[in-house]
Amino acid sequence: MNNFNPSISTTSAVSINKVLRNTYLLLSFTLLFSALTAGVSMMLHVSHVVSLVCSFAAMGMIWFVLPRTANSSAGIGVVFAITGLLGFGLGPILNHYLALSNGPELIATSLGGTGIIFLALSGYVLTTKRDFSFMGGFLMVGLIIAILAMVANIFLQIPALSLALSSAIILIMSGFILFDTSRIINGGETNYVNATVSLYLSLYNIFVSLLHILGIFGGDD
Amino acid sequence: MDGMQIASAVFLVLMLAFLFPRAKQMFFNSPKAESGDWNAVLLPLLGVVGFVMLLIWLVGQ
Repeated sequence: MNNFNPSISTTSAVSINKVLRNTYLLLSFTLLFSALTAGVSMMLHVSHVVSLVCSFAAMGMIWFVLPRTANSSAGIGVVFAITGLLGFGLGPILNHYLALSNGPELIATSLGGTGIIFLALSGYVLTTKRDFSFMGGFLMVGLIIAILAMVANIFLQIPALSLALSSAIILIMSGFILFDTSRIINGGETNYVNATVSLYLSLYNIFVSLLHILGIFGGDD
Repeated sequence: MDGMQIASAVFLVLMLAFLFPRAKQMFFNSPKAESGDWNAVLLPLLGVVGFVMLLIWLVGQ
């Protein structure tokens, strides 16, 4: 007997499209807001200490505040607070690259490159409609290994390891874009607030890592 | 070793402590890959690698 129920299927498709649309809408607004706070931070010439404090605060909100507010309208405010803090924390890094003679070019290339990577990977998942949920465990293990290596490199200070880590982070975050987008279109993620934060973090990390790599190969200092 | 480096290390260790249980849960409970699934992942990731190499070449010009 065929259990296919067209009304349930249509409702589900409409619901998935709604989550996807809301996620991309919120993501675009948070990216703009993040760019605004990064601009303010650059103008104020905030220090790296402030940047680190902003990252601590944003991570604290992701871990302790977002899970409690993701299902309410307050969740949207929390997403803006998180992305605003992370954007503000980018100020010192951007000022560092702007001080190079080709700094604006490096930043623009990283920004454009991040956008193209995101659009291409999202387009790939939306077109193929493949389920990439099997990648979850591997991506998390990869992320943990990368973070362990980052901790080690704070003490070891090996430039080649730093370059390898930035490359690995780009690949892991690209995997997370495939994973998160596939979860949205296959109904695994129904909360657009959580989906937005996941995609934002992937974009943020790709941008910072790409900037680091391009700074090494194209920086003139 | 300055305070910033120590604070960064603390930040990353805290992140690890938070991520580890989730990673463990995801690793053991993720669905298994079917045939062709990893090929479908490799194709876009190789595209990303090629694109990043193109950007490196462009900024190095």
